Amino acid sequence: MIDLKNLTIEKAHASMKSGEFTCVELLEAYLKNIDLKNKELNAYLEVFADAKEHAEKAQKKFKDGTAELLTGIPFAIKDNILFNGHTASAGSKILENYTATYDSFVVRELKKAGAVIIGRTNMDEFAMGSSTQTSAYGVSRNPYDLSRVPGGSSGGSAIAVAADLSLVSLGTETCGSVREPAAFCGLVGLKPTYGAVSRNGIIAMGNSLDQVSPFGKNVRDTEIIFNFLSKYDPEDSTSVPENFRNKNEGLTSGSPKTIGVPWHLFEKGMDPEVMDNFKQSVEKFEKAGYEIKEIELPFSKYSLEAYYIIMPAEVSTNLARFDGIRYGYSEQGNKEIKNLKEIYTKSRGKGFGQEARRRILLGTYVLSHGYYDAYYNRAIKLREKIKMEIAKTFETVDLIATPTAPMPAFKIGEKLDDPVAMYLCDIFSAPANMSGVPSIALPSGKTKNGLPLSIQFMAPHFCENALFAVGKEFEAIRESE
Amino acid sequence: MNIQDVENLAELARIELTDKEKESILRDMEGILKYVKTIQQVEVGDIRPSANLQNVWREDKIEPREFSRELITRQFPDAQDGFLKVKKIL
Repeated sequence: MIDLKNLTIEKAHASMKSGEFTCVELLEAYLKNIDLKNKELNAYLEVFADAKEHAEKAQKKFKDGTAELLTGIPFAIKDNILFNGHTASAGSKILENYTATYDSFVVRELKKAGAVIIGRTNMDEFAMGSSTQTSAYGVSRNPYDLSRVPGGSSGGSAIAVAADLSLVSLGTETCGSVREPAAFCGLVGLKPTYGAVSRNGIIAMGNSLDQVSPFGKNVRDTEIIFNFLSKYDPEDSTSVPENFRNKNEGLTSGSPKTIGVPWHLFEKGMDPEVMDNFKQSVEKFEKAGYEIKEIELPFSKYSLEAYYIIMPAEVSTNLARFDGIRYGYSEQGNKEIKNLKEIYTKSRGKGFGQEARRRILLGTYVLSHGYYDAYYNRAIKLREKIKMEIAKTFETVDLIATPTAPMPAFKIGEKLDDPVAMYLCDIFSAPANMSGVPSIALPSGKTKNGLPLSIQFMAPHFCENALFAVGKEFEAIRESE
Repeated sequence: MNIQDVENLAELARIELTDKEKESILRDMEGILKYVKTIQQVEVGDIRPSANLQNVWREDKIEPREFSRELITRQFPDAQDGFLKVKKIL
């Protein structure tokens, strides 16, 4: 029996190298758990038939000595990450029959290293949501409490790791879609600097915000995945060239020592257990020798509001390509339809779910003549102010800390009828996405009912190392308790 | 905002909605707009967005790509002689 609960990338690698177990045996251990638990959890939408073939290939690499750290490591990928020849539906009916015709950058890199992609995971439709309840393929369930949501939009990828249905996984973030499910499922989730990991082959939601983001049970696993995937890709026009990636600029010293806390943001809407836990975490850092500074973020305070203008604007543009003409759900066969325009309106009307339609219409509105200045133009100016404010804050502190989400995992069915209540789950996620800085969510304890709690740190652009350092220190502090 | 506005937006976005869906979207949009409108109180001044960004250029040259023509054309909802087929435009 492989001890999956305590398995890490490095432990798995050492075991496969020493022959303690093979890549195929490791995959089979996860497949067995998937057989047992996936029906209930709905983490995977599909387990790929060729996973075993990839595990066998990986095993050969161990035999001939070409294995690297990620060889044979099982990954789950979110349903919006293209894998040539495999379905990628983005949790939407409009792409239910879509087969990817090329590999995304991240899949290409994982394949090169010989990682084993087990399958694709459930998500909110087009990554629009914070609870994995808007998927066209049913809700997913939190492994800590089956009556609760796993968070979202990358809920399936979070469950996969939390329930030992995969060693690690990839999600994507546009605003909190990895950090919030990481918080709800007791995992580490890293949102890299915007432009660090290529977006090539990711089904876009908000191009100026999207980032592929890893989940792991510990900081080191997310660090390994980040270091492996973070590289310049000329095929993503917003991928940052290596010479612009100054990893130390912005940090006042080599390792993080000063933590800024914007206490003024936590005045209302906070779950009391989340707040208590956050205060305790901050005290732990204080005891460990970190300096805690109170900071004010008067512009970043409006990040989520500005986000809900900029993102729908980008959504309405991005989702225009799903038209029922070239691929995906189509009303083409409907004999009653006589012209092209009806194919568009009927295919899109039936193919898109409620939240996708809401955001497309909202985006169309904020970009339309007469409202553009009041909404979109104002939001992008505010975004610039937020970027400047975050940059200025990092002149006086090394890191910014907040709770990851204002509440622990909530009940399935909750917030579905109140879009704004759902949006508020990501209130603390938004500043990092809007300013492009990296951010990590770290497990920080449990509620009295046993639900995971989480603390989040932000660092300056390309200072992921500072996040890994503080994350490992926090793991050590919690272990010694 | 009223039902007519929702209909106009749906027309622009090429999405067919039922009357019931229009009403529920109207209600949602009003709530969301009320929420995002708060940014109009924030004094942003005359700042130029993306002032600190820099363009990254590449040579405009053709490089071969591997795509499966079969996999792409197989996904056409309607086709004739290997070409994508659409309904008449008008």
